[in-house]
Amino acid sequence: MSLEVCGRVTLGAFDLHVDLRVEAGTVAAVLGPNGAGKTTLLLVLAGLVPLTAGRVMLDGQPLEDTQHGIHVPPEHRPIGVVFQEYRLFPHLTALDNVAFGLRCHGRPRREARQRAYEWLAHVGLRPQAAAKPAELSGGQAQRVALARALAIEPRVLLLDEPLSALDVSTRADVRRTLRAHLDAFNGIRLLVTHDPLEAMALADHLVVLEGGRIVQSGSPADVAERPRSSYVADFVGVNLFRGRATDGHVALSGGAALTVPGAGSGEVFAVIHPRAVALHRRPPEGTPRNVWRGQIAGLDVEGARVRVRVTGSISIVAEVTPAAVAELKLDQGGDVWVSVKATEISVYPT
Amino acid sequence: MGQPIRRSHREQGVPLIAVVAAAAGAGIFVLPLIGLLWRALGSDVWQALTAPAVRTALWLSLVCSVSATCGSVVFGLPLAWVQARADFPGRALLRGLTMLPIVLPPVVGGVALLFAFGRRGLLGPWLDHYLGVRLPFTTAGAVLAETFVAMPFFILTVEGALRSIDHRLEDAARTLGAGRWTVFGRVTLPLIRPSLQAGAVLCWARALGEFGATITFAGNFPGRTQTVPLAVYLALETNPEAGIVLSLILLGISLAVLVGLRERWWSLL
Repeated sequence: MSLEVCGRVTLGAFDLHVDLRVEAGTVAAVLGPNGAGKTTLLLVLAGLVPLTAGRVMLDGQPLEDTQHGIHVPPEHRPIGVVFQEYRLFPHLTALDNVAFGLRCHGRPRREARQRAYEWLAHVGLRPQAAAKPAELSGGQAQRVALARALAIEPRVLLLDEPLSALDVSTRADVRRTLRAHLDAFNGIRLLVTHDPLEAMALADHLVVLEGGRIVQSGSPADVAERPRSSYVADFVGVNLFRGRATDGHVALSGGAALTVPGAGSGEVFAVIHPRAVALHRRPPEGTPRNVWRGQIAGLDVEGARVRVRVTGSISIVAEVTPAAVAELKLDQGGDVWVSVKATEISVYPT
Repeated sequence: MGQPIRRSHREQGVPLIAVVAAAAGAGIFVLPLIGLLWRALGSDVWQALTAPAVRTALWLSLVCSVSATCGSVVFGLPLAWVQARADFPGRALLRGLTMLPIVLPPVVGGVALLFAFGRRGLLGPWLDHYLGVRLPFTTAGAVLAETFVAMPFFILTVEGALRSIDHRLEDAARTLGAGRWTVFGRVTLPLIRPSLQAGAVLCWARALGEFGATITFAGNFPGRTQTVPLAVYLALETNPEAGIVLSLILLGISLAVLVGLRERWWSLL
C-alpha cells in the first residue's frame, strides 16, 4: 500500500510544491516550521484543498489527477483525519461523534452505536461515551478524534499536530498511547507537526518541509545526523553550514572557509557538533586546522553544559562545561578564539 | 488595565443631567404601556375577548403569522445560505434588497407588492390567467405581505449564524463520509439551531404585528385579511374595549419575545 502526491498548490502568494510517497508499514511525519505548508499538504491528501496541478495516487489508483479532471471528494476517500484541535462536533456526545462516520457509511443506527462504543472502549473512554466534547479533557478529546477517524476503517490515517493542543504535562502520556494506536493501525500513517521531538518520537520516516518545499526526508536518525535545513539543525543542536567544497576546503557564503577532511567537491553541507568546538583565551597551537577569532554573543545553560554562541567570520555554537566557562572567564561580549579539528567536521553533498 | 478604568467610571457615577434625560427617554417607552394598562384595568375589557369579531381577528392573525413564518423559513434559509456562503457578483446588492423591508415603510412595501402581484401589476395578471391565483385582498395576500416584512429578520439572524459557525467542523464531517446534504442536516443545521429558533420567533412576532403592508396590499376584510393590528386600528372607532384587549395581547407577545430572545438577538446587532 502506498500514498503518493506529486504536484503543487498555489494559494495567493503561497506555493506548495511536493513530491512525496508514503508506504504502509511506516509512520511518516511531515516536519516543518509554522507556515511551511504542512496542513495544506494534509488537506490536499484529504481532498479538502484541490491541487492546482498534479495528482494524488492511492495504491496506484488516482484520488486526484488534474490532467484528467479527476477529483475524488473527501467523503469518498478512504482517509481518516485527526485534525488539529480535533474538531469534534460540539452538539454530539463522544459516542455519536464516533458513530457519525459509520452512519455516513450506511451502517444502521444500532450497529453504528454499538461499533462506536467498541471503539471508545478501545481507546479507553467507555465512561465518557455520553459526554459532550466540552466536558472532555484535551487528551480524551484527542482519543475520541482518533476513534472517530479509525471507526470508518480508512486505509490512510492523517494526523495534524496531534499533540499541540495539549498541555506539556499530559503530552508525554498521550504521545505514548498515540504511538501504540498508530502501531496497531495497519494502513498508511502520516502525521504533520512543527515539533521535531514529536516527529522523532512518533515516526520512523521524516519528511522536512520548509517554505512549501521538501528539503529532506529519511529516518529520524539520518535526518538528525545530516540535517539539510537550519530548522532541523537548530533542533538537533548542531552547527550547519553550506558552501562549496574544493580540495579539502569548504568556501562559505560569508567569504570564510573551513578545512575539512576528504576531497569532495561541489555544493555541500558541513556539520559541526557544538562539543567539537573548542574555545581558547589565546591563539591555540597544535593540531586544530580551523582557527578564527570571535566574540561571545551569549551563554545558555542547558543541563550540565553551557552553550556559547560566538559571532565572527564564522558564527558558531560551542558547548562547554561550566568549569570551562569559569576557567576561561567566558562572558558576553568577550573576545575568544575558536578552533575546530578538520576531522570533527562531517561533510555531505546538498 | 481594563478593569480599574471601568471601575473608576462606575465610582464617578452618572451625571445628574444624564439621569434625567435617560428617565425622560425611558418615559417615552414606558408611559404608553402604563396608559394602556391603566385604561384596561379601569374597564371591563376582557369581556371583549368573547366577541366573535375579536376571536376571528385573533385566529386569522395566528394563521397568517404562522404561515408567513413557515414561508420565511422555507425561502429564507436558502437565501441566508447563499448570502453567507456563495460568492457571486451582486451579493452585496442582494443582501441590501433582502434587508430593505426592515427600514422601508411597510406601506411602501404594500404599494410595491401591488405593482408586482396586483391585478394590473407585473406578475398579477399572469398568475391569475395561468394559475388562477389572486393575491391582493386575499388571505394569501396578507400572508405574502407579512412574509415580505418579516422574513428579513429571519435571514439576518440565520445568515449571521452561518457565518460565525466553525466551517472546519463541516470539513471534518466530509472526511468522515458525509456528503453535502448530510453535512448540512447533521452538522450545519444543529450548529445554527439556536439562531434558527430565535430567527423564526422574531420573524413570527414581526409578522404578527404587521399593519402597513397588509392593509395596503391585502385590504381590511374581516375574516379574510383583517388581522389583529388592523382590527385594533378599526376597533378604536367603534369598539374601544376590543381594541384595548387586542393591543394588550400584541404587547404581551412582543415583550415576551424580546425578553426571551434578548441574548441571541441583541448580540447580532
